Amino acid sequence: MSSGTVLHIDWTRCDGRGLCTELLPHRLGRDPWGYPLALDADSDPTNVPLAAADLDAARDAIRLCPMLALRLAHSTR
Amino acid sequence: MSQATMTSAVHPGSVLGPNRLFAAGQHAGHAGHVAAYGPLRVDALGTVFIERLQESGLAGRGGAGFATWRKFAAHGRDRPVVVANGAEGEPLSCKDATLLAHAPHLVIDGLLVAGAVLSAKRLVLYAGAGSLPALASALADRPDAGAVRLVEAPDTFLAGETSAVANVLAGGPPIPLDRVTASRTRPTLVQNVETLAQVALIARYGPAWFRSAGTASDPGTRLVTVSGDVPSSQVLEVAGGAAVGDVLHVAGVGSGVSAVLVGGYHGQWVRSASAPVTPGAGVLMVLGSGRCGLVATAQITAYLAAQSARQCGPCRFGLPALADAMGRLADRDPDPGLPAELASLGALVSGRGACHHPDGTVRLVASALDAFGAETLRHLAGTCVEDES
Amino acid sequence: MDEVLWAAGRAGGFVALALFTCTVLLGILNRSGRPVAGVPRFSLTLIHRNVSLLALVFLALHVGTLLLDPFAKLTLTDVVVPFLGHYRPFWQGLGTVALDLAIAVVLTSLLRHRLGYRAFRLVHWLSYALWPVAVAHGIGNGTDGFNGWFLGATVVAVVLVLAAVAWRLSAGFVESARLRQGSAS
Repeated sequence: MSSGTVLHIDWTRCDGRGLCTELLPHRLGRDPWGYPLALDADSDPTNVPLAAADLDAARDAIRLCPMLALRLAHSTR
Repeated sequence: MSQATMTSAVHPGSVLGPNRLFAAGQHAGHAGHVAAYGPLRVDALGTVFIERLQESGLAGRGGAGFATWRKFAAHGRDRPVVVANGAEGEPLSCKDATLLAHAPHLVIDGLLVAGAVLSAKRLVLYAGAGSLPALASALADRPDAGAVRLVEAPDTFLAGETSAVANVLAGGPPIPLDRVTASRTRPTLVQNVETLAQVALIARYGPAWFRSAGTASDPGTRLVTVSGDVPSSQVLEVAGGAAVGDVLHVAGVGSGVSAVLVGGYHGQWVRSASAPVTPGAGVLMVLGSGRCGLVATAQITAYLAAQSARQCGPCRFGLPALADAMGRLADRDPDPGLPAELASLGALVSGRGACHHPDGTVRLVASALDAFGAETLRHLAGTCVEDES
Repeated sequence: MDEVLWAAGRAGGFVALALFTCTVLLGILNRSGRPVAGVPRFSLTLIHRNVSLLALVFLALHVGTLLLDPFAKLTLTDVVVPFLGHYRPFWQGLGTVALDLAIAVVLTSLLRHRLGYRAFRLVHWLSYALWPVAVAHGIGNGTDGFNGWFLGATVVAVVLVLAAVAWRLSAGFVESARLRQGSAS
């Protein structure tokens, strides 16, 4: 993974409410317990890579996440 | 590690490598320690010592095996809290408790070296309740350790995880923090106690001396706990790169070994005597012949699922599901889909947590399926090696 | 002119109460994590927020007009400090309490990214106190308090909120509750 903007999921806060998966349907699905699951199986599941076109939706997801569990970060790998 | 299993430091002589960490003898006091290793002047080291660490090739002895010099360099300017981490949450391991019991001054030396090199704000010695009284008297025994604070490590599997240590020092519970949250706590350098003991030796004798034992990829010596189906657990100091079979031989474990779990509960099953004792935190758990690796793995997986901090959803719900499927395989559920179910649960849980607890657990299960392929087929057919013994 | 202020004050109060009722219902729906009738969860969250802000606008209208209305004799102190008013001080005081709580809940919601989750949630729970206090204020203080249509509307609102709270407290309330049962006790 080259460096780029990623959506960091703070699993200690995430409660799997599902808003982010609606806003980023091409990046995130839900696991059997409702938690967000990166659709690209090869990507870092905790720091989900974003394309430029995803950024607006990602910011909405961060703003609307009921648990404040999301933030933008830069890829470290 | 409980007190009952804390062993004496056994040194096998030259067979597996030099006696470095326990050279001052059993329960070494400060005078005996100085007599064995000579005095140590930490003020003269300076930040250039980080280059010496890089030359030594020392890697962390807590399990992750991260290059020690990189962790030092990351805290070169932020005046961190330096923590000597003796919280040995791994139930199979007692090498840290043994080191703290017999060579506490080497660990304290290493902590003082790190503190001086990094201009640390605070020095903390973090260890289980059983080690604290002896450590308190060791600290009182020397004139230069007044700045070291003793902090009790809770007796849980995750209490020694780096961010959990930072959490405890910040007054929180002994559970891991999210990476971003952890970055907002006070800068903290957490080093395993054995790593710091090695740092103290490198500060005295230099990187070339350190590399004179071990291999190019695993230089120096390391402590290994041999446990499981053995008469008694023991701690050995071995040269880096030592083979599992040689260590077991020296430990007095002859034939009758079915497999060895290398690295502890987050480790990997190994069935080859020539495999190295790394990676992991230096644990060799012996599975005796006649015992089933799937049953042992199911028990460990259930323990690890119960030790989840229950903070992160995929770990909280995924590990019990993984343990349940592993338990069904161990109980000879004839469902042929079980190995695939275990693999997909593993892929689902892996990497989705604040710490590496889910990843380590998944790795253990995957290595069990890998190492015990024949046993898996037998279980799916309703039989088990343990029936015959 | 006074008639207009008085009427606007009453209407503002009634609409604000109706909108706060909707806000509470939407909040409980949001917490369940379930989308409704094809409306996605994030939209429900935005509707919850916008309806609450609208309720605050009507609350401002309600308080502002009655502050200007010479008949109501409301003072600035009454707006902030409860139970000091001239006219039915207890029931008017409940209105002041509800207003203060509403401002606290809305402000902490808007600032929740700075305050952090715990502080936000603690204050947000006060909504469950805010709403009945506001309803009691409407009945006890309102000119229309015992009119048939107002009481009827209030009864409907109370039944709806009680039903929502009962649902909130039920075992299968959260969308993922069933999925998470069994694994992890």
